[in-house]
Amino acid sequence: MTEVLALLILLTVIAAIITVLTSNLLYAVISVGAVGFLLAIVYLFLAAPDVAIVQIGVEVVSLVILIRATLGREVQQLKTVHAVVGVSFAVAFVAVIGLFGIQVFNQFPEFGIPVMERFADAPALVYLQSGLATTGAPNLVTAVLLDFRAWDTLGEATVLFCAALGTAVVLRRNARIGRKKSEDK
Amino acid sequence: MNTPRKLPDEGLDMGVTVKTVTRWLKGPILLFGIYLVLYGHITPGGGFGGGVVIASAFILITLASGERASLQLFSKGVASRLDSIGLLMFLVLGWLGTGWAGSYFFSNFINTPEAAQFTLLSGGIMPIMNIALGIKVASAIFLVFTLLTAFHIVEQELEDRLCAEAHQQESNS
Repeated sequence: MTEVLALLILLTVIAAIITVLTSNLLYAVISVGAVGFLLAIVYLFLAAPDVAIVQIGVEVVSLVILIRATLGREVQQLKTVHAVVGVSFAVAFVAVIGLFGIQVFNQFPEFGIPVMERFADAPALVYLQSGLATTGAPNLVTAVLLDFRAWDTLGEATVLFCAALGTAVVLRRNARIGRKKSEDK
Repeated sequence: MNTPRKLPDEGLDMGVTVKTVTRWLKGPILLFGIYLVLYGHITPGGGFGGGVVIASAFILITLASGERASLQLFSKGVASRLDSIGLLMFLVLGWLGTGWAGSYFFSNFINTPEAAQFTLLSGGIMPIMNIALGIKVASAIFLVFTLLTAFHIVEQELEDRLCAEAHQQESNS
């Protein structure tokens, strides 16, 4: 179980590295998709089907958007000197963040042990015990999303609304007509 | 490096195979999305995941048979209105907890009997909230997709309108 999970995460990391290193934009988009779908399988292995469904859906849609957006676009390659500076900065960043990240792994609970075993008064226990009785929803993820933590969901919905609103405002038709007219003059 | 392929102006026309498969698949995909939204409080799923699946059905239509086909089913105006309606529904449901039921914001003011548990009509306001979120997410994602990718149609309409305005000005003067 843990070995399969480790293999999946390793494949995810390899796909992510290919995304960064490949010079073809379409290959990069395809390997980003591989990262997303491998993550969805990882979520399924970690017993989180809700997250996996959202991950697959969002991945499909964003991959389609990325492919449609990148096809037919030119890619600008960095000059050699800039590339050397950029790569050294990137390596330094990865080294620093990796050093801190390894420290975090020591703090992780052991795989397969729920948080309630480590902290007896964890709020997760209350949700699990009284979730069905107080909300009437057998799917506890939805119970938390739409009942216990509905405020957060309102924030999420507002973020998505603002994203759509921003896209609509930036790409609105009247502004483009005005710009076109001034260009013609 | 390979030179990127230029897309044709009149949307993507994918050929008979993709169009036929899309015609068969769009119904089941929509149905699966609606199922995820409606049964979100019982089985894995919910408004966010189901909404994205519904949006992907329309995106599939766009890719297979061009923007005009999908915009006839789900136009940009309808999408932006449904986006706002979904968020307003969610907010009103939250407000009803305080203003109408006299409890706290987002309180679950519809009590379901214990016998109704594990059925579709349970969970109080949660199914309604899932439907609101599903409408919101589906239309928002489809709207963003259309605005970002169906740019050349806007361009074409723009040209038409500018031409018409130019003609009008000429005939006026």
